[in-house]
Amino acid sequence: MIVELGHFALVLALAVALYQTFVPLYGAARNDMRLMEMAAPAAIVQFFLVAFSFAALVHAYVNSDFSVLNVFQNSHSAKPFLYKITGAWANHEGSMLLWVLVMAAFTLAIAVFSGNLPASLKARVLGVQGAISSAFLLYINTVSSPFVRIPESRVPLEGQGMNPLLQDPALAMHPPMLYAGYVGFSVAFAFAIAALLEGKVDSAWARWVRPWTLAAWTFLTAGIALGSWWAYYELGWGGWWFWDPVENASFMPWLAGTALLHSAIVVEKRNALKTWTILLALITFSLSLVGMFLVRSGVLSSVHAFAVDPERGTFILAILAFFIGGSLFLYAIRAHALKLEGSFEPVSREGSLVLNNVLLSAATAAVFIGTLFPLAYEAVTGGGKITVGAPYFNLTFGILIIPLLLILPLGPLLAWKRGKLKAALSRLKVSALVAAVVAILASLLAGASIKAALGVGVGTWVLVGALQEWAGRVMLFRAPLKVALSRISSMPGHLWAMTLAHAGVGLIVLGAVISTAWKSEAINAMQPGQKVEIAGFEVLYKGDRQATGPNYLAEQSLFEIYRNGEKIAEEISEKRTFLGSRSMPTTEVALLHYPLGDLYIAIGDKTQMGRTVRIYFEPMIYLLWLGALMMVFGGFIGLMDRRFRVGVAERTDSRIAAQPAE
Amino acid sequence: MTRKQQRTMLILGALAFLGIAAGLILYALRDTLVFFYTPSEVSEKLAEKQLAPGARLRLGGLVEKGSVKLLDDGEIRFVITDTAREVPVTFKGILPDLFREGQGVVAEGRLQPDGSFVADTVLAKHDEKYMPREVADALKEKGLWQHVQNEQGAANGNDAARAAAAAASSPY
Repeated sequence: MIVELGHFALVLALAVALYQTFVPLYGAARNDMRLMEMAAPAAIVQFFLVAFSFAALVHAYVNSDFSVLNVFQNSHSAKPFLYKITGAWANHEGSMLLWVLVMAAFTLAIAVFSGNLPASLKARVLGVQGAISSAFLLYINTVSSPFVRIPESRVPLEGQGMNPLLQDPALAMHPPMLYAGYVGFSVAFAFAIAALLEGKVDSAWARWVRPWTLAAWTFLTAGIALGSWWAYYELGWGGWWFWDPVENASFMPWLAGTALLHSAIVVEKRNALKTWTILLALITFSLSLVGMFLVRSGVLSSVHAFAVDPERGTFILAILAFFIGGSLFLYAIRAHALKLEGSFEPVSREGSLVLNNVLLSAATAAVFIGTLFPLAYEAVTGGGKITVGAPYFNLTFGILIIPLLLILPLGPLLAWKRGKLKAALSRLKVSALVAAVVAILASLLAGASIKAALGVGVGTWVLVGALQEWAGRVMLFRAPLKVALSRISSMPGHLWAMTLAHAGVGLIVLGAVISTAWKSEAINAMQPGQKVEIAGFEVLYKGDRQATGPNYLAEQSLFEIYRNGEKIAEEISEKRTFLGSRSMPTTEVALLHYPLGDLYIAIGDKTQMGRTVRIYFEPMIYLLWLGALMMVFGGFIGLMDRRFRVGVAERTDSRIAAQPAE
Repeated sequence: MTRKQQRTMLILGALAFLGIAAGLILYALRDTLVFFYTPSEVSEKLAEKQLAPGARLRLGGLVEKGSVKLLDDGEIRFVITDTAREVPVTFKGILPDLFREGQGVVAEGRLQPDGSFVADTVLAKHDEKYMPREVADALKEKGLWQHVQNEQGAANGNDAARAAAAAASSPY
């Protein structure tokens, strides 16, 4: 019964979403206040309908109701409780419902928290949001319903089980975070469409868009980091980024969203780059849709590609074509209506942000081309298959991102409108010196190659540069400690966000370079009693044993780790085979954390030659997660900033205006 | 500078930059692309001189039953077949989990003048049901799909579609 109610709520939600699309947009065009005011209540009703529908699906999962086809195909009664809940979105139909739920939640947030938006802008934003929701609700209701029942006479007693790779705490949170990111960019998209319809973009517009973009960016950053962390410890490959199409699908909107985050600042502060920012907002959400299409349509091969159903693929493609094509068309005919922009010199804060945007866009394009080239090639040659692998991405992305990293510490030190490069550079003398020393030490003491030494130098430059900018801002060491402390405590959230995020980038660069350049690996077929030496450790393979978990059987291998002849740890690395028809075994890596890095032991199959054991030493790989954490944390602090609260958008902030570097 | 000059500068600068970026992308694409062929395609392309020994490529098909041999020096030999043609492969290293005779595999490496293939990477499918998409497509084209499905004992018709979903070439 609950399942049917959920289904019914979903159909109602579609009707409400259509209402939310047409009535306010028509009202805004006719300047009819009564119609425009229908948007917010519709958004609220739509959210509760979708939320109820989602709850009904989770209910079916928690109660292992195998009369629902979706539950039967993706669940198992012996699954731990957490995965019964997360199982609801670890499949195609459920994940699409989650997408719509997140969409509805963002729409609700706009409806509730934007009391001071001009009525027509608010109506149009909610209308566009409604249109996107409608498209996906239509998709779910017609070709991808999670509520299909199995006829009563054939209801199975047990389900087929959930993909065991996905039964993991980090991955339980990964899709909701990622979707909050993808879908969050729809707000910027809706604001951009609304601005094009209104023919007006000003700094107030940017002030409304910035917090939504920052929220989406923060969630997407967290989602990508969780996914990467999971890939690191769960897949047993000992890497954290593979340039896999699925990773690229989430990375492209992230890159474009990062560019948007920066260009929106210019619109707010200087009333410049308006048309470009609008275009970026359209592109960012378009890339979110492209990413979803790539992942969900099954054109790419991956665990994420649940659906290999041409009907669904075509449907999503149609949604894609409508929103991307439609928005770009609107841009083409309306962008000229936006007023001319403020001017600035090439060397200025704006100039550095433009360069940031150019480089990020080029990097996005490089990733985009590399990801889609195999698809295009297959289509053009009628089935020819090629692979664009990591070497392509490392080369193009690497070359495009290095200049961005080099200018990163400089930008915040340049003044708006006209900056002095020499003065900014001289303020960064310390950073340059530290970076050079670290790079030289890395190559002399740790035997780094030139590439690795440069990488470490660039990472240090970004990290120390961000900290130096912060120190200069709070006048650390230059004013009495008391003054500095009071400046620290009164520093506004958006500046903390910048410092944390920029320092996080530095840490990620350091983590990426160090963990790649100094990684050691030993892949061997080992017999019990055999020892392998790696990075100053000795790993002794003791033997195997069996174990059982709540819904899996485990094959465990025991290892003892020695350093300088002394035993320092005992570890178990295992392979799990789960109940249900999906017999793919999963790896549970033995991970030991040391100050210099992680020791990583993954076991493979047993052959005549012995047990396949992969041992890696991943130096300082934790810097990656630490950096990502700082970016996410910075994002949240930025969202706390009073200036970003919608209620104060109109007020000028005298404290900020008084600062020269602003 | 006037506003117009600034704009022109900006646009020209961005265009020049985009040109460089496009060049870089094309260069990288040309040098890092790897083609995927089945054994039949390899012999076809060799005959048509579209493929020369030494070329780097991905070879996909089934591991022929009874063909896997372990040599004393750790070298592994097996045969990749699409049931029409076969290519002998040598590989030194650790085979991936789920590398099984009679099942789908992708080997990346170089073609030798004698028609054999030296692989430096071997990728196998992830689980009993999944198969590299390229291999699944190639087998479907040859009408062998059902045959493989039956051998794997996957009776569920839905699985045929699912099987095509995951490729060993992806870490996922």
